[in-house]
This record gives sequence, C-alpha cells and structure tokens, in this order.
Amino acid sequence: MTETFLAPLAPKMTPTSAPFWAALGEGRVVLQQCDGCEAWVFYPRPRCPHCLSAALSWKPVSGRATLTTWTHCPRPTAPPFTGLAPQTLAVVTLEEEVRMSTFLLETAGRTLSLGMALAPRFVPTEDGTATLLAFAPA
Amino acid sequence: MGTQRKGAIVGYAEWPTVRRYNGPRRFMLEQWMDLAAEALADAGLALKDVDGLVCGTLREANMFVPATVVEYLGQPVKFAEFVDLGGATGTGMLWRAAAAIELGLCDVVLCALPGLPIPSNPDPRDRPPPEARWLGSTSNAWGSPQAEFEVPFGNVAQNAGYAMIAAHYEARFGSCERARAQITAQQRASAALNPLASFYEKPVSLDEVLASPMIAEPLRLLEIVMPCAGGAAVVLASPEKAKRSPHRPVQITGYGESLTIKTPTFAEDLAVTPVAAAAATAFARAGTTPAAMDLLALYDCYTITVLLTLEDAGFCPKGAGAAFLAERNLAFDGDFPVNTHGGQLGVGQPGLAGGLLQPIEAARQLMGRAGPRQVRDVNRALVTGTGGVMSEQVALILEGA
Repeated sequence: MTETFLAPLAPKMTPTSAPFWAALGEGRVVLQQCDGCEAWVFYPRPRCPHCLSAALSWKPVSGRATLTTWTHCPRPTAPPFTGLAPQTLAVVTLEEEVRMSTFLLETAGRTLSLGMALAPRFVPTEDGTATLLAFAPA
Repeated sequence: MGTQRKGAIVGYAEWPTVRRYNGPRRFMLEQWMDLAAEALADAGLALKDVDGLVCGTLREANMFVPATVVEYLGQPVKFAEFVDLGGATGTGMLWRAAAAIELGLCDVVLCALPGLPIPSNPDPRDRPPPEARWLGSTSNAWGSPQAEFEVPFGNVAQNAGYAMIAAHYEARFGSCERARAQITAQQRASAALNPLASFYEKPVSLDEVLASPMIAEPLRLLEIVMPCAGGAAVVLASPEKAKRSPHRPVQITGYGESLTIKTPTFAEDLAVTPVAAAAATAFARAGTTPAAMDLLALYDCYTITVLLTLEDAGFCPKGAGAAFLAERNLAFDGDFPVNTHGGQLGVGQPGLAGGLLQPIEAARQLMGRAGPRQVRDVNRALVTGTGGVMSEQVALILEGA
C-alpha cells in the first residue's frame, strides 16, 4: 500500500464520533479527554469508560503512536480488499495510551517490531466520504 | 462459593462433523427436536422429565428463542436461558444449567446447539446479505464500534485478530511456531481415531502443518478451524433424576466466566486472555487445582488459543507455553491428554455446536465411553470455551461421580 492508496471500505460514522472524522478530513487527529479523571478516550463515547463522567472534551493530539501488534495477510481479510496490495493490519498505541485498529503503510524494506515508532497517515476512502487514520514507520 | 455438586451431565448427542454435508437440510428448530430426542434417549430420560431449557441463537427467531423452542418441542419448562457467547456458548449453557439445578429451580435441563445447514429459501428477500459471509463475529451494524473503527481497516472476522494476538505474544516471548504446529498434529492423531471427526483417519505431521499456507502471519491454514456442519446436545440432571441414566454422572463442580472485550484491539494485555479469571474462579469453586486434572478439553478455534489457555489457566507461567508443550504429548495416549476427540482442529467446527464438543468429549471420557481413545483413570477434567476473538471465556471443572 502506498500513500495514494484509497481505502475500499468507509466507516459507518455516528454523531458521537463526528469530530474525530471531521478532524481526520483536515489532516488532524483529535481525541476525547475526560474533564473529570483526565483519561483519554477512544473510540468516542458520550461518557468516560473509566469514571462515567459525561464531561468529555475533544483535544488535538500529535497522532504519533507505537506498534503494539501487526499481521501481514497474504490473503485478503475481506473481499473488498481483493486485488489491492497485501494488507498489514495493526493495533497501535497512541502517545495518549489509547489503542486503535489500523493498517500500516510504507513498510517495504522495514522490519516491524514491538514498540516501533509510528507516524500518522491520512487515507481517504474510495467513496470520498471519510478519511481513515493509518500509520507508517516514523 | 463451592458447588454442592448437584448438577451433572447424564447424557448427550453429537452428530458427525462434516466438511461437505449432503444429508437432508433441516430448520434449526427441527434439528433441536432431533437433538433433544437423541440426547434424552442417551440419558434414559423422557421429554416429560425436562423442566429446563438453554438455547443459543436460532435462525428462525431473532427474539423469544426459548419460548419458540419450548412450543416446538411441546414441553413447558420452569427455567429458560438464551446464551450468546459465541464459541463459549456451549460451556456457558452447561454451567447455567448446573447452577439452575443446584438452586432447585429445575431437575432436568436440555441444552442443544444445532449446526446443520438449513433449507435454502427460494425467496431472495429472506437470504442473509453477502457481507455476512466475511464479517464473521464482527458487527457491521450502524452504531457498532466495529462498523466504524475495525471494518474499514479490514480487521473483520477472526483470523486477523487471533493472528495479531499470536504476533504480539511472539514479539514478547519468542516464536511458538513449532509448539502451535504440535498442537494441531497431536490433536489430529486423536481425531484420526474419532469416527465423528471430519479428519477421521486423516492424521497430519508437524511438518505438514508448518508447510500449510500462511493465512495471517504467524497463523497457517492448519492452525485454523474448518467451518463444518454438525450439531450437539447435552442433558443435565439433579442427583435424583441422574439415577435413571445408564451413565456415570459427570458433575459440574466448578465454573467461571469472564468477558473483557469484543475486539482484542482493546484488550488490556493482548497476551493475557479472559480464561485467566474464568479458570481461577472455576478451580476455586471446585476446590481443586490444575495439577489435579486428568484430562483437558480446551477450546481450540486456533492453535494459539490452546497455548494461551494452558498458560492463563495455570498449567505453566506466561511465556512458557512453547517450552511446556515441547516436553508433552497431547494425544489421547500421550502423557498430557488434551482434546482427545481431536479438538475442533481435528473434528471441525460445526458452528456454535463446536463449543459443546469439548465438554461432550470430557463427559465421554469421564463416563468411560471413549472407546479406542479412552484415557485410563479419568476422574477430573478442565473444559474451556472461547467466544469471539478472546472476548469471553468459560471454564468448567467436570468430575465423575
């Protein structure tokens, strides 16, 4: 996969997560943070999953992350990915200690390792409705 | 916290698990009735003895599943449960049934999970959407966090999730490739003697497992269960009713359940599974220990599930699974029998019914009915069930009365 890659599947966005997707469309990453217990929250929710406070604020973050796990899939994991470059699925941990699912780009010639530093990549979906947050070795 | 040992498995039915099913197609309700008849006959009990029912999902009903089954069978009950724990549904059904008997809510509980193909409906409006075939355990419904944050990345169904658990484990504790291949090969040695298994008379070598195609690194084809057709049912009874069974009652003396996440992306530690908590609870409730087990029947959707279950259930320390396995033989005639029916890696996975095959094999061994693969002097067994992608696990301690 390269930076010109368009993601074949669009997310089913919700009103709760709209600020997250809107920011990605502008090349920025925002996350919710609990005003009460200061925990970072991902995926977006109406309340904090640590203290159930409803006082959550959207905050800009760097989008820098480390690699928690990955799998290189020689066979497509789902038919919409057929014919595209082999997928490298990953779970990453952002600087704010929240995890997310993603795929990795620009991995050719790179040895992936646990804890490897990653930088965000903004990948539009084929249908033009959303921008996904992917990652590449930093 | 301990059990009074009142709820016991007294009979079961297990249909052959087959890759390509060519028999008559039946609705799940029809299969329920067939399984009920077979399991009750095995238990020496009649339909009129049944006063409890535990169900899983049914293609013919989105809601009111127990009432639908009760009416179809023609037998009123005093206790009904609907269990939705994926691969842990079967084991989750059994402890709920045993607990209901122990509480005196009912005396005879029927648990069934049909898994044969249903008739194909000529009306296209009634067919599942094509994406249902590749979504697996992933929900793509609007508002589901998976539809929004997993599906777009292709992290769907089970293979990639289990592969990422295995990859994370290997990044921390070193390769377990040979140990995982050993699990398949040794379970297939047992399956080769199980006429109900899809891999009956088809053993496989460790090298053949290692040579099978890579599906999602590090997992290869022969480390992944094969979807099959089949079905299974279990009858549990109180001590009084158990006297009518021709078999040695198999008591559920301990049980534990743990649900932590839906997607391993959010697991607190990707190398630690919910069975850690479930097994600790089950052993404590039964007043026993891993070392006292004569037999293990561990849910094996993937090889990595077995390895992690052995560690988290307390058979060896975290990270030591591969070294532990290297010194043991899991086959029915080995020094550490695990999944003596072949496990799902050897039998195949007949849908949700796959989660009843582990407890049925443990009961079969404890009853002394395992024929050519009978393990000698089996009195205690640990049984586990795993749902989703290490999302939820159940542990049971079974003991022969």
